Amino acid sequence: MSAAPLTDPDDLGRRFLARLRPGRRGWLTAGLTLLLVAVAGAASALLLMATGASPSASLDAIWTGSLAGTTGWTTTLLNAAPLLLVALGACICASAGTFNIGQEGQVLIGGLAGAWVGLRLAMPGPMLVVVVLIAAAVGGGAWAALSALMLRFRGVNVPVSTLLMTFLAIQLVTFAVSTPWGLQESVQNSSGIADAQSNPLPANAQLASFGQYPSLQLNTGLFIALVAAVGVALVLSRSRWGFRVRMVGLNPLTARHTGIRVAALGGFTLALSGAFAGLAGGLLLASPIGTNRLQAGLSDNVGWDGLLVALVARNRPLVAIPVSFVFAVLRAGGDFLAATGVPYYLVDIVKALLVLAFVAPPFLVDLFRRRRGAKPSTAPPVSVVPTKVRAAA
Amino acid sequence: MSVLDSTTTILASGVRLTVPLAFVACGEYLAERAGTMNISVEAMMLGAAFTSVATASATGSATTGLAVGVVTGLVIGFVHGNLSHRAQINTFVIGLVLNALVLGLTSYLITTEQFASHQVGMLSIPLLQDIPLIGKPLFSERWPAFLLILLVPLTWWLVERSRWGLELRAVGENPQAADVTGIKVNLRRRQALLWCGAMAGLGGAYLAVGEVGSFNQNMTAGRGYIVIAAVIFGAWRLGRTMLGCLVFGLSDAMRLALPALGVTLNAQLLVAAPYLLALLAMLLFTTQHREPAALGRPFVRGST
Repeated sequence: MSAAPLTDPDDLGRRFLARLRPGRRGWLTAGLTLLLVAVAGAASALLLMATGASPSASLDAIWTGSLAGTTGWTTTLLNAAPLLLVALGACICASAGTFNIGQEGQVLIGGLAGAWVGLRLAMPGPMLVVVVLIAAAVGGGAWAALSALMLRFRGVNVPVSTLLMTFLAIQLVTFAVSTPWGLQESVQNSSGIADAQSNPLPANAQLASFGQYPSLQLNTGLFIALVAAVGVALVLSRSRWGFRVRMVGLNPLTARHTGIRVAALGGFTLALSGAFAGLAGGLLLASPIGTNRLQAGLSDNVGWDGLLVALVARNRPLVAIPVSFVFAVLRAGGDFLAATGVPYYLVDIVKALLVLAFVAPPFLVDLFRRRRGAKPSTAPPVSVVPTKVRAAA
Repeated sequence: MSVLDSTTTILASGVRLTVPLAFVACGEYLAERAGTMNISVEAMMLGAAFTSVATASATGSATTGLAVGVVTGLVIGFVHGNLSHRAQINTFVIGLVLNALVLGLTSYLITTEQFASHQVGMLSIPLLQDIPLIGKPLFSERWPAFLLILLVPLTWWLVERSRWGLELRAVGENPQAADVTGIKVNLRRRQALLWCGAMAGLGGAYLAVGEVGSFNQNMTAGRGYIVIAAVIFGAWRLGRTMLGCLVFGLSDAMRLALPALGVTLNAQLLVAAPYLLALLAMLLFTTQHREPAALGRPFVRGST
C-alpha cells in the first residue's frame, strides 16, 4: 500500500493532533506552572490567615466585586481594556527584541496629550473623542520614540531609558495639572486654591457605552482593545512586516544580513508600543465611568500591570486577552476586597506571585535539562532578549 | 535664621539624604561593573528597611535591626541572582516582579503591625564637628554613616585592585572571552549581586533605623532608581558615582527646605532632576564606551 495522499483526512487529522500534542518539555512546563500557581495561592492564603482574615471570605469578596453581578462585570471589563492595550504594545516590541518597561509613563503622557486636545479643541459631536484617542496614542508614541532616538543615535540602554522617562512623565503630568497656564482646573475651591487636576473633559469627549443589559455597560474601549488584539496577532504572525519584526527579535544579525534595517525597525516597534500605552491612557481619560479629568494618579499602575500581563502571556497577543481579563478581575475584586478591610496590597502580592509562577517554569525546565547534561532546547527562551540592539551593529 | 545657619541646615539634611544612597550606590556600582543592570535595588532597600524596623522593634536593638537588614538584602540578591543568572530569566523582569512583590508585602504587613521606634546612636567627632558650615553636616551623624569611610574604599579596592574584581570587570566587558579563560561568568555575577544586596540592605536599613526610626509604606519611594541614575551619572566610576549621590541628596534637601525659606523653585523639576541628569549623562557617556560593554545582557554559553 502506498503512502496516504496528502489530502487523506485521517492523515491530516493525525498531523494536526501531533502539532497540538506537547512534548515532554511542554508537559513538564505545564505541570511546574500548575504547581507554582498552587504554591502562590497557598502563600497568599497563609498571608491572609497570618493577619487574621479568612481566605474563603476574601475569595468571596473578590468574586462578588468582579464577576458576581452586572456591576462587577462592568468594572472588570472596564479595567481589562487598557490593560490589554498596554500588553499588546509590550508584545510587539518584545517580539522585536526591545524591552520597554516605561509603559506607566507612556500611559500618563497619552493621558496628558489627550486631555490637552480634549480641553483646548472645541469640536462638535463624537469627533472629539476620536481626536482625543488619536492624540493620546500619538503622545505615548512620541514619548517612547524619544527612547528609540536615544538608542539609535547614542546607543542608550532601552530598559533603563524607558524606566527613567517614566519618572519624568510623572513629574511632567504633575506639573501640567498644578500650573494655572497648564491644565490646572480653572475652578478655585473655598480656600482660593485650585486642585492639582484638570477640568473634566466635555461630555462629547467621552467614550460611548452601549448596551444596558440590564445594568451591564459594554464600553467602546473594550471593543477597541479586542479588535487591536486580533489585529496585532494577525499582523505579527501573518504579515511580512510581522515576520521581519520576529526575525529581528530572534536573531538581529541574520535579520541584518537579509537586508532588514534592524535599528529602525526596533525603534519603530518601541514607538508603536508607546502608542498602544498612550491609547490606554486615552481610554482611561475618556472612560464613561470615572472623573474624566487628568490627574497624576490617572494611570493607577495600569502601565505596570499591563506589562505584567504581557509577561504572563509570554508575548502572545491572543493569550493576552484572557490574561488581561484575569488581571482585571483581580483589580476590580481587589477594590471590593479593600472595602471589607483587607488591604488592597494583598492583590499586588498575588499578582507578583502569579507572574513568577507563569514566567519561571520554562526557564527552570531548561535549567534542569542543562543540569542533567541534556542539550538545551533549540528554541531560544522567550524573553531572553538582547536588551540592546547596538546602533552600530 | 542667618544665611550661614540655613546653609548648614540644608547641607546637613543633604548629607543625611546622601548617606543611604551612597551605601546602595556602592553595591549597584559593583553589580553594574559585572554586567548586571540590577533594578531590584529598590526591593532590596525597601525589604531591608522593613525587616530592620521589625527586628529593632522585637529585640529593642537598632544595631540588630541593621544587621538583619543586610541579611534581607543578601536574600533578595540571592533570589535575583539565581533566577536571572542561573535560570536565565530576563533580569529586568525579575527586578520588576521583585520590586512589586516586596512593595506589596511590606505595605500589606505594615497595616497589621505596629512597630516601636528605634534608632541607632549618634556619633559626633569632638573637634571636627565645631568647624563652621561643614562641621555639623559631615562629622555629626548616626554611627553607621561612618562605615562609608571603610566601605567605599573597600568597594573600590575590590573592583579595581583585587583579582576577583579583575575577573568581575572582565565578565562585565566581555563575558564570552572571560568564559574562555575559565572564569565562571554567571557565578561572578551572582556574587556581585550578593555584594549589591548586602550594601543595598545596609542602605535601606540605615534609612529606616538610622534616619527615620520607623517604617512607612513605600518609604524608599524610588531611591533605588535614583541610585541607578547616580551610577549612570557617575559614568561607571565609583568616585563620580558618590558625587552623583551627593548631588541628588542635595537636590532632594533643597526640594524639602526651599519652600520653608520662602524661595520658590519648581518642585517637580527638583524631583525630576536626578532622572533628567542621568538621561543627559547617558546621552553624553554611552558612546564613549564608559559603560560596561555587556551591561544588561544575559550570558548564555554558546550564544554570540
